[in-house]
Amino acid sequence: MTSLRAVIEAAISLRGVFKRYGPIQAVDGLDLDVPTGTCVGLLGPNGAGKSTTMRMLTAQAIADAGELRVLGYTLPGESKVARAEMGVVPQLDNLDDTLTVEDNLRVFAHLYRLGRAERGPAIERALQIAHLGERRSSKVSELSGGMRRRLLIARALVHRPRLLLLDEPTVGLDPQVRQELWALIDALRSEGTSILMSTHYIEEAQRLADSVTIMSHGKAVATGPPSALVVEHAGAEVLEVYGPPARLAEVEADAVAAGIRKRRTGTSIALMGIEGRNGDLPEGVRRPSNLEDVFVLLTGEEVM
Amino acid sequence: MSDVDRRSELARTGGRNPRSRIGRLEIPAIRGVLVREFTNFGSYWRSTTFSSTIDPTIYLLAFGFGFGTLVTRVDGHDYVDFVGTGVVATAVLFSSVFPSMFGTFVKYKFQHTYDAILAAPVDTEELVTAEALWMACRAGTFGCVPLLVAIGFGLDPAPGMLLVPPIAFISGLGWACFGIMIAGLLKSIDNFNYVTSIVITPMFLVAGTFFPLSGLPEGAQILGNLNPLHHTVELVRHASFGWDPPADVLHLAALLAFAAIMWRLAISALQRKLVN
Repeated sequence: MTSLRAVIEAAISLRGVFKRYGPIQAVDGLDLDVPTGTCVGLLGPNGAGKSTTMRMLTAQAIADAGELRVLGYTLPGESKVARAEMGVVPQLDNLDDTLTVEDNLRVFAHLYRLGRAERGPAIERALQIAHLGERRSSKVSELSGGMRRRLLIARALVHRPRLLLLDEPTVGLDPQVRQELWALIDALRSEGTSILMSTHYIEEAQRLADSVTIMSHGKAVATGPPSALVVEHAGAEVLEVYGPPARLAEVEADAVAAGIRKRRTGTSIALMGIEGRNGDLPEGVRRPSNLEDVFVLLTGEEVM
Repeated sequence: MSDVDRRSELARTGGRNPRSRIGRLEIPAIRGVLVREFTNFGSYWRSTTFSSTIDPTIYLLAFGFGFGTLVTRVDGHDYVDFVGTGVVATAVLFSSVFPSMFGTFVKYKFQHTYDAILAAPVDTEELVTAEALWMACRAGTFGCVPLLVAIGFGLDPAPGMLLVPPIAFISGLGWACFGIMIAGLLKSIDNFNYVTSIVITPMFLVAGTFFPLSGLPEGAQILGNLNPLHHTVELVRHASFGWDPPADVLHLAALLAFAAIMWRLAISALQRKLVN
């Protein structure tokens, strides 16, 4: 019956998950869902618990409490079967440097237990996904940063996983390379692969994710489609007020008194949900609200 | 599995092999890790083979012919033959314990290779087992080099020598697991120096490789008998010069026990490091 449930069940379902490392409560009662066939963005500042969550999904970290189900399997007990059907793109590049592109894929075709007849076509498919067909015989150490990232993703896809975990897939890459990877990830999603992607790039989550879960201090503080989260937490419009620090402090105090949600952007104060208000507002620049407003509002202005 | 279950299994996996069996020490997982090692070996086999061949030859020449001018016969054998058979254990030790200590640590800490492998359907137990088997195969192969060199210098070939590769394999398995355990226990690669000085160097010297243990004080002899390398030396000598069945069974049992204990300790040490 487990297998029948798997067809219907969410790709990932976490309920009340806790994980403590010494004095640090890394994950603190997390609920998280990735419905089958969707891309969910796990958004949060450094130290919010994203990486720990990712490690728990491959049973490389074991939760202290809570229920974890991946592709219908219960973790950590059935993790190995779940891992056979998912692909993982790690944050840190762990390709085998001295091997060729093709050899890296071949090793993982073996690790993911593809049969002899399946391996060749699977490697070709992965090379095609990553646009690395022409570099198949190149050593990994000769590849550019973007190519290495593409190979990491292709390596995770060599066995056609139903679920893909992407841990900060574009961290440290040029804008051009990031866009290229976004196109790749978007194509996978449209083919029906379920994706959980942790990121602290807000634009990335907004572009790729059907739904976003914002994490702070180990908890999910908001979940929903990016546009809905923006409307719910930051309203439709934001007014950015610029000025010297003293002026900004004054505007901030007024906003608090008037019950307007606000955040500092570094150079300005952003007053949120100001659509419909007029006379009582200071001079400033109006713009549409975005996910970054929600992110800062919910995860705090101070970085831990 | 009922028909209904099988159909739903097919629906879920899209007709691919069902993968719902959760086993320990699965052959495909071990094979996958071995394929990785073997593929990587293609890029460094030259240097490894070079040093594994040259090192024992140097020991053999230095001790056999240098020291051999002072000592001609030991325990009833030509000193060159005595050392040539003994150095097999040295070759086994060097080709298993160092690659496994440093290799495991580098793959875990710097290359993050094990993160990638454990994200695939491979458990720590399978990972450690495969890595140790690979190292043991290398020890089984490179361990024979001194014997071949010694034959070149006049050691008489004997049928028993055909059992030297499996002896070197079993000994290498234990030392590889010892190295993995050390890599799992220590926090810094610098601390490996303590292990080399306190454990490996004394064992290397008090193994009966270059001089028989019988000439040592009683305390050192007892320690020598606890040294897996000594049992390796004895088995290789008996394979070359003639068996001593009752003693050899004990030597073999000691090596198997060493490998088995180190295997379990290596798994638990690395598990603590990789899964937390």
